[in-house]
Amino acid sequence: MTQPLLKVENLQVEFNSRRGKAMVLNGVNIEVQPGETLCVVGESGCGKSMTALALLRLIPSPPGKISGGRVLFHGEDLLTASEERMRQVRGNRISMIFQEPMTSLNPVFTVGDQIGESLRLHAGLNASEARTQAIAMLKQVGIPAPERRVDEYPHQLSGGMRQRVMIAIALACQPDILIADEPTTALDVTVQAQIFDLLRELQREKGTAILLITHDMGAVAEMADRVMVMYAGRIIEQGTAEQVLERPAHPYTQGLINCLPELGSSLQSERAELAEIEGMVPSIWELDKACAFRERCTHALEKCAQEAPPMFTLTHSSDTAPHMTACWLQLQQTTDQGQAA
Amino acid sequence: MLQTDRPQNQNLMKIEAPVDGPWREATRLFMRNPSAIAGLVLLGFVLLVAIAGPWVMGADPFEIRAAPLTAPFSEEAILGTDYLGRDVLTTLVYGGRATLLVGAIAAILSVSIGITLGAMAGYYGGRVDAVLMRITEFFQVLPALLFAMVVVTLFSPSLVTITLAIGVVSWTGTARLTRAEFMKYRNLEFVRAERSIGASHARIIWQVILPNALPPLIVSATLAIGAAILFEAGLSFLGLGDPNQMSWGLMIGSNRQYIFSGWWAVAFPGAAIFVTVLGVSLIGDGLNDSLNPKLRER
Repeated sequence: MTQPLLKVENLQVEFNSRRGKAMVLNGVNIEVQPGETLCVVGESGCGKSMTALALLRLIPSPPGKISGGRVLFHGEDLLTASEERMRQVRGNRISMIFQEPMTSLNPVFTVGDQIGESLRLHAGLNASEARTQAIAMLKQVGIPAPERRVDEYPHQLSGGMRQRVMIAIALACQPDILIADEPTTALDVTVQAQIFDLLRELQREKGTAILLITHDMGAVAEMADRVMVMYAGRIIEQGTAEQVLERPAHPYTQGLINCLPELGSSLQSERAELAEIEGMVPSIWELDKACAFRERCTHALEKCAQEAPPMFTLTHSSDTAPHMTACWLQLQQTTDQGQAA
Repeated sequence: MLQTDRPQNQNLMKIEAPVDGPWREATRLFMRNPSAIAGLVLLGFVLLVAIAGPWVMGADPFEIRAAPLTAPFSEEAILGTDYLGRDVLTTLVYGGRATLLVGAIAAILSVSIGITLGAMAGYYGGRVDAVLMRITEFFQVLPALLFAMVVVTLFSPSLVTITLAIGVVSWTGTARLTRAEFMKYRNLEFVRAERSIGASHARIIWQVILPNALPPLIVSATLAIGAAILFEAGLSFLGLGDPNQMSWGLMIGSNRQYIFSGWWAVAFPGAAIFVTVLGVSLIGDGLNDSLNPKLRER
C-alpha cells in the first residue's frame, strides 16, 4: 500500500465540565489514502463530527480538548503543529464543508468574495484574480450564469446552490482532503443526488480524497470506497464498502443496515414494521471501559460488560482487503473457526 | 401568442433584475424615511454653519461688539449680545465648531473603546470576558459626570482633556452591545466555516463578525454623538469647559445669571444644542429602522 495521506493514531478527545470528564473520542484510528472516499457512519452523538473537527484542531475549547493521539498529514503531526501552520493547512490542504448550507455562508458578503477569500489567504491572489478564479469555481460546481452569481449574496441562492458554493470554497485551493460533514442532510433528495454526483466528478478530476461523514447508509452505498462505523466515540467496524454493507460483522452495523426501509417491499405487502435498534446511544458521561453497545445488543455476552472488545481482522475467504471489527461475539466465532480448521 | 408572451417576459425581467446588497438596501430604506431625512437636513445645516460660518464672519468671538445685553434683532447684533457685550451670533457660530468637534471625537473614541473591548470579551469568552466585563462594570457604576469632572479638573480643562474624559466615561454601553452581538455570532456555522478555511482570530473578529454586527453598532454610535454633545455642554455649563474656546455649553454657563435680563444669550445656544442633538437622534432612529430587518415591515 502507498503511504496514507492522512493517518490518525489513537485520537482521544475529552470534554470537561462540572459533571466531570467525558471521553468523546476514545482511541480513533483512521487512514485516508490519496483520492479515495472514506465514509464515517454512525448515529447522532457518536463522535463523527468531533472527529472531523479534531483533524483540523477546531474543537470548541473549552469544553473540548484533544487529550492524546497523533494526526499525521503527509507524515507531519498536526496536533503538535503551531497555530500558524494549522491556518496554512486549513482550507488549503485540508478543507471542510458543513451540514447547514443555509447558515454556513456569511450573509453580508457576496459569494464571490467568500470563494475568493481562501484564495487570497492561501494562494496570495489579488482581488481581481480571486474574482476570476471564483467565477471559474462557480462554473465547475455547476452554477449557471457564474458571472452574475458571483456578485450575489447568499440569501439569493437556494439551499442546493449554497452547498455548491460551499464546495467551491472548499475546493478553491485544490486541497488533498475534503472533509464533508453531512453535506446533504439539509437538502432534499434530488438535490442530494446532484451534490453527490458533483463531489464524485470533482474527485475524479482533481484526485481529492473525501472523508464523508454521514448517518445515511444510502449515501454510504453511493459514495464510499471504504467505510468506518463509529459508536460512542470508538470505531467498531471498518472495511471496504462492499464488506461492511454486505457482510456487516458488528451487531450495531447490522442494526443500522436493517433500519433502512425498503421502498419496494413495503408497498407490495402489508407495511412491515420498521426495524429499529432498541434503546439510545449511552450518554458520554455514562461510558465505562466495557463495550458501549452491550445494553442495546441482542447478542450481548457476559464478557461484553467486563472489557472493551479489541479491534481484530475478520477472516473471510473472499476478503482481499482487511475487514475489521471490535466485537467479542465475532472474535469468539472467528477463533472457534480457527481452532476447528 | 406573441402578445401573451410579452408580459411574461417582462415578469422574468423583474425577477432577473439584480437584487441589491444589504447595505444598498438599507440606504434606500433610509432615504425613504422622512424623519431620517429631516435629521440629515438639521445636522447638515448645523455642520454647514459651523464649518463655513467663521470664514464668512471673519471675527473674533471674544470681541466686544456692543453694549452688554443688547436685545436681539437690533442693528448692532442680530441675536443680541451677552453679559459682556459679545455678539451672540458670532459666538454661536464659533462655539458650534468646538461643540461638534468634541462631540464627534469623543463619540469616535467611546465607540472605538467599546467595540474593541466588547468584541474581545464576546469572541474569546471565558476568562478574557470575565476580566473585561469587570472593567466595564467598574466604569458603569462610576457616576459618569462626576468622574469626567474629576478628570478635567485634574488635567486642566482643555478641548483635549474634555474629549478624553467624555470618551473614557461613555463607552460601556457600546461594549456591552458589541459583546452581545459577538456572542451571538461566534458559534454560528459561517464563523466556524471561516476558521476551517484558515482565517485568523483577528480576521474573524474584524472582517467576518464585525460587518455582521455593525447595524446596531452604527445606531449606537450615532446616538453616542448626541450624548457626547450634551455631555460637553454639561461640563462647560458647570464651568469645566475650556475657557479659551467658545462653545455652546460655555455660553449657557457664563450667561446663566442673566437669564431673566437677557434670555437670548442662553436661549439661542440652547436651541442650537437642541437642534443638533435632535438631528443626530433622528438620523440614529432612521438608521435603526433601515438597518434592523425586524423593523422593516412597519
